[in-house]
Amino acid sequence: MSSRLRSRWAGVVRTPVGMSATALLAAVLLLAVLAPVLWSAKANAVHTDQIMQGSSAAHWMGTDNLGRDLFYRVLVATRLSVELALLATVIGVVAGLLLGTASVSLGARAGRFVTAVVNIAVAFPGLLLALFFAVIFGTGTKGAVLAIGLAIAPGFARLTHTLVATIAGRDFVAAARIAGVSRIRLLVRHVLPNVGEPLVVNATIAAGGALLAFSGLSFLGIGVRAPDYDWGRLLGDGLNGIYVHPAGALAPGVAVVVAGLAFNLFGEAIAKGIGLRTPLAGERRPSSAPAYETPARPAPAGEDPVLVVEGLRVDFPGAGGPVTPVRDVAFALRRGEAAGIVGESGAGKSLTALAIAQLIEEPGQVHADRLEFLGENLLDTSARTKRHLLGTSLAMVFQDPMTSFNPIKRIGRQLAEVAEQHQGMNRRQALARAVDRLRAVRVPAPERRARQFPHEFSGGMRQRAMISMGLMGTPALIVADEPTTALDVTVQRQVLSLLRSIRAADDVALLLISHDITVVGQVCDRVLVMYAGRVVEDLPTAELLTHARHPYTRALLAAVPDMTTDRDRPLAVIPGRPIDPANVPAGCAFAPRCAFADERCTRSDPALVPDDEGRRVACWNADLTAGQPVAAAQRGRTTSQGTAGDE
Amino acid sequence: MTNATAEVRTLPGLDGAWTRFALRRLGRLLVSVWVLVTAAFLMIHLIPGDPVRAALGTTAPLSLVRARRAALGLDDPLVVQYAHYLRDLFAGRLGTSMTSGLPVSQIIGDRLPATLGVAGYAFALAIAVSIPLGLVMAVLTRGGRGRPAELAFTSTSVVLAAIPEFLLAVGLVFVFGVHLGWVPVAGRSGPDSYVLPVLSLAVGPAAVLARIVRVETLGVLQADFIRTVRAKRLPDRFIYLRHALPNALTATITLGGLLLSAMVAGTVLVENVFAWPGLGSTIVQSILAKDYPVVQGVVLVYGVGVLAVNLAVDVALALLDPRSTIRES
Amino acid sequence: MSELRFEDLTVRFGGRRRGVTAVDGVDLTVPSGKVVGLVGESGSGKSTLARAAVGLTPVTGGRVLLDGRPTGRTSRAAARRPLQMVFQDPYSSLDPRMAVGASIAEAIPRGGAPRRAEVARLLELVGLAADRAGTYPGELSGGQRQRVALARALAGRPDVLIADEITSALDVSVQGTVLNLVRDLQRRMRLSMLFISHDLAVVRYVSDIIAVMYLGRIVECGPADDVLLDPQHPYTRELLAAASADLPEPGSALRAVADAEPADPHHPPGGCRFHPRCPVGPLVRDERAACREREPVAEGHRHRAACHFADAVAGSGTPDPDDVPAGPARTTPSGPGG
Repeated sequence: MSSRLRSRWAGVVRTPVGMSATALLAAVLLLAVLAPVLWSAKANAVHTDQIMQGSSAAHWMGTDNLGRDLFYRVLVATRLSVELALLATVIGVVAGLLLGTASVSLGARAGRFVTAVVNIAVAFPGLLLALFFAVIFGTGTKGAVLAIGLAIAPGFARLTHTLVATIAGRDFVAAARIAGVSRIRLLVRHVLPNVGEPLVVNATIAAGGALLAFSGLSFLGIGVRAPDYDWGRLLGDGLNGIYVHPAGALAPGVAVVVAGLAFNLFGEAIAKGIGLRTPLAGERRPSSAPAYETPARPAPAGEDPVLVVEGLRVDFPGAGGPVTPVRDVAFALRRGEAAGIVGESGAGKSLTALAIAQLIEEPGQVHADRLEFLGENLLDTSARTKRHLLGTSLAMVFQDPMTSFNPIKRIGRQLAEVAEQHQGMNRRQALARAVDRLRAVRVPAPERRARQFPHEFSGGMRQRAMISMGLMGTPALIVADEPTTALDVTVQRQVLSLLRSIRAADDVALLLISHDITVVGQVCDRVLVMYAGRVVEDLPTAELLTHARHPYTRALLAAVPDMTTDRDRPLAVIPGRPIDPANVPAGCAFAPRCAFADERCTRSDPALVPDDEGRRVACWNADLTAGQPVAAAQRGRTTSQGTAGDE
Repeated sequence: MTNATAEVRTLPGLDGAWTRFALRRLGRLLVSVWVLVTAAFLMIHLIPGDPVRAALGTTAPLSLVRARRAALGLDDPLVVQYAHYLRDLFAGRLGTSMTSGLPVSQIIGDRLPATLGVAGYAFALAIAVSIPLGLVMAVLTRGGRGRPAELAFTSTSVVLAAIPEFLLAVGLVFVFGVHLGWVPVAGRSGPDSYVLPVLSLAVGPAAVLARIVRVETLGVLQADFIRTVRAKRLPDRFIYLRHALPNALTATITLGGLLLSAMVAGTVLVENVFAWPGLGSTIVQSILAKDYPVVQGVVLVYGVGVLAVNLAVDVALALLDPRSTIRES
Repeated sequence: MSELRFEDLTVRFGGRRRGVTAVDGVDLTVPSGKVVGLVGESGSGKSTLARAAVGLTPVTGGRVLLDGRPTGRTSRAAARRPLQMVFQDPYSSLDPRMAVGASIAEAIPRGGAPRRAEVARLLELVGLAADRAGTYPGELSGGQRQRVALARALAGRPDVLIADEITSALDVSVQGTVLNLVRDLQRRMRLSMLFISHDLAVVRYVSDIIAVMYLGRIVECGPADDVLLDPQHPYTRELLAAASADLPEPGSALRAVADAEPADPHHPPGGCRFHPRCPVGPLVRDERAACREREPVAEGHRHRAACHFADAVAGSGTPDPDDVPAGPARTTPSGPGG
């Protein structure tokens, strides 16, 4: 634990910003310790003969109204400035922690009261709070420390409260409570370690703020009093003489900014280092695009295909070279045909959909040997033509209808935009079309619904609205990416049957992406099974149970319980875990989890080859599995125990 | 757009939400005002020792101190004083300055416009610069593009944000007043006297706000619904201005409100640099002179200003984001 | 060996006017050594029921009894914690800053077996190597994490286990291993289990008894085969139909309810809560006005089903042949009660 923590912090220090911030902060702290010891005498020496002089060889920054050397005074003032800032921060952080954990330590009722007060106080700017407290505690060093400390407290209390509430709401805290872990231990072992880092970061940044605030108070004459001096007071003195002697004001000013920056940057560097850190999942080796003996060809789509895809590849830059989550995908869709893409998370099915719809953004890159939509080559069509073609003829339906609508615009407007842009309608016409389309997907009371915001729709209605958005034009293809995953089963059925009826009514082709093979089976004519970025099998859905030949397809079918699964036998399982796209093994990607894998499978990746019926499969041993019924394929070798080791 | 906002209120189902929002917000405002007023009242009573003695100095004769205490009603029980204080407050009486003998309300009336002016212009400037800048930077640097631009923007804004307004003020005095002599550096005279105070107040918040707008816009550009908008094949400017920006602003407004409050407070420091005849210089002089009635009055005014900003933020948020009226309960 | 019983349990959130009754007068028994599967859509109150049972959510009314005694905090020194729960999301239910061994050890009651040995035993029990104790959750896959969460729950030597959607956050190929493990452990340790899922096929595979929840109420409850083969409540029939391979023809006979929206839990409909969506209810059959007015009670049918027309539902044929549930259409009635 401690070594993990140390390496994280060391990682922070190693970034350029982190390194300079650390060096700067170390220098400031070192100066604060050493300067008074080394240069106090020089800083306090009065030279009545050298009053208010400009910079010279003897006095780099000139002298003040008693002839004291300003350069040394600024250096020596570091101690007091930093000390007071840290003291105020400690007061603020401690007070903030006490207030922020009140709901845990004092119980719910008192906690709510404290939170309410903190919420009011936090709305007031720190400087105002500091002035308020400065009146109470009196002007001078002690009063200012207390004032700034208490001014920091509300903000810190709020932060603590929010962080603690977030962690306390997590399931692992609930689990620990059920396991009988005591309240104190819960706080110490579970909550604090998980909120510690952000609190440290914010305390560091608060220290920078306290430094600036203190210099402000001293500058106003409310903070440090003569004969003591900090940067703020030097600055205040310097401002009076700025016309004759600018250095007197600028030197402490620069000191304040540099020290303040040192704290701020250090804090932000830590924050960034922590936030961007991803859990290290073993060594990553560069994955080179494997070569195929024969590139995959789409199954013939007959006359007038809507979509032809060949050699589709999607690349993303990764830590150890480019990652290729979609490789060598090829298929074609006829007019009115419905095909489903099935696979686990990381199989590349959603990226395939986005790549076809030309929605992959930089830094992702799409390559294809062929990508034709309605006979138009999408790879080298002008942006304008492509925009119009895709805007009117391709409809997209995304997984989560809640997040897929702009939350602050009315549903009707969001639909109408499409018609305004692509059909040249005016606002009124476009809105009328939107209402008409909502009616077409059987949204009740479409006129009223069009005026509502997305959050006023239920999940199923939102997904209908999303579908109707695609129907604003005259789509030839609907690409639906997990359209029912976020919905309840009964609503899911409504949405699927809607998609099916649209497809039937207008002869629209459908590409349905789902992790659920049952869903695909309900709607599609054909299923494409993807694994590790490749299509490994392509066959009619009606033949899934009888003619699936790829071991992965067969295992997938057997692993998911349905309403006819034998309840007295253990479920078939697929050992191992789904492939990480950044780490695709050589040979067949499924080989490490496959019951039939042999030496050839681990050496080279099988091509996707069609059979006489047009079914395609990418497996060296496809013929071995052919004779057996699907459910039995994997069952023999698995039990509930002993297979979890590398799952 | 006015049409649209009127429509929100008449929509069935939203009516209730808006009424509830208004009531809840009003309740919170009243509680905040009460806390503020009580805090201002208690402020004087929390001061250790006798505030009158502290104000008049140790040499003042006891009779004078007694007379002043009686005049200020400080000998009454605390509850009675509180009641009197509230009564006077409702009548618009804020007491009398201990040093000048002028009514506090008159002092505030004289000084408030100067402070409002400088804070108002500074806020307008900060908004006008930061939102377009943040949006443009977000577009230029989205998805890891434009690394040099990002580096330049981030480092500049970090440094500018770290310079407190009074330091910037001193620097501006030095450059424009002392060195170049272009604009006045003290007092409130013509329009050009506003330049430096407004600049020193606006730069820091503008830098912070621009960073926030950029970060929020980048966040919004990652959102699922932006992908939906792109799937509609709308032009890019449509995506950024009509869809990304309004959403980024809803996230920005809350923080922008805090910055605006801080800007109100920042006038205290900046006015002292520029000898600006506003409330900020008044409160500092009064604190140093222990003129507590004035301090009390000005604290109240600043407090009310902050509460007004918070109210404006909540209303703006409610208008911009239909969910916010429902969300916060 | 223990029985978990919910008696007239009610859980309300929020204030009087805008609050939600998430669980509304639920009576449910998990018999000793049996698995009760609880199905329902999101917002039906399944998870709230579970959280109320283990004391994570305050109960508004009614009781949760374990072997006749109210559940609640057992004393810290107790040798066992008889009621344990496994959560849905294995990424949130393990402390990312604690080695998995420590997470499990924490749940071992004091005075038991030596901790180190006990952790090793528990890890092996859930099919993980004992030397995994030192790893952090970040280094484990979802399935492995769920195994650790199971081990932690078993550390308290529970009699009753509540499993709340334990496979829905997992990849399909991993789901099966976790399901097998849970089933195997339940049988070997003769645990009583409340198994919550939105997936009827998964519930069917695991459960002896099936309870169906809709808007805070148990609308149907009975032996798994009875509920699956002879569903009494129209909502159960909807769920069964959704799990079958066939899709209904859109806009067919049941136009009136086919596109109905799920009810808003803030404002549950009066009478039978299912009536606005019911394919055999008042929107389809005019004579069934009672559904709007009276709330059905769950008694007096072949097994518990809260529908005025429960006995009629299965027998009377349905307006839409597509809606006939999967499996044999009907079994012989086995007498009232259940």
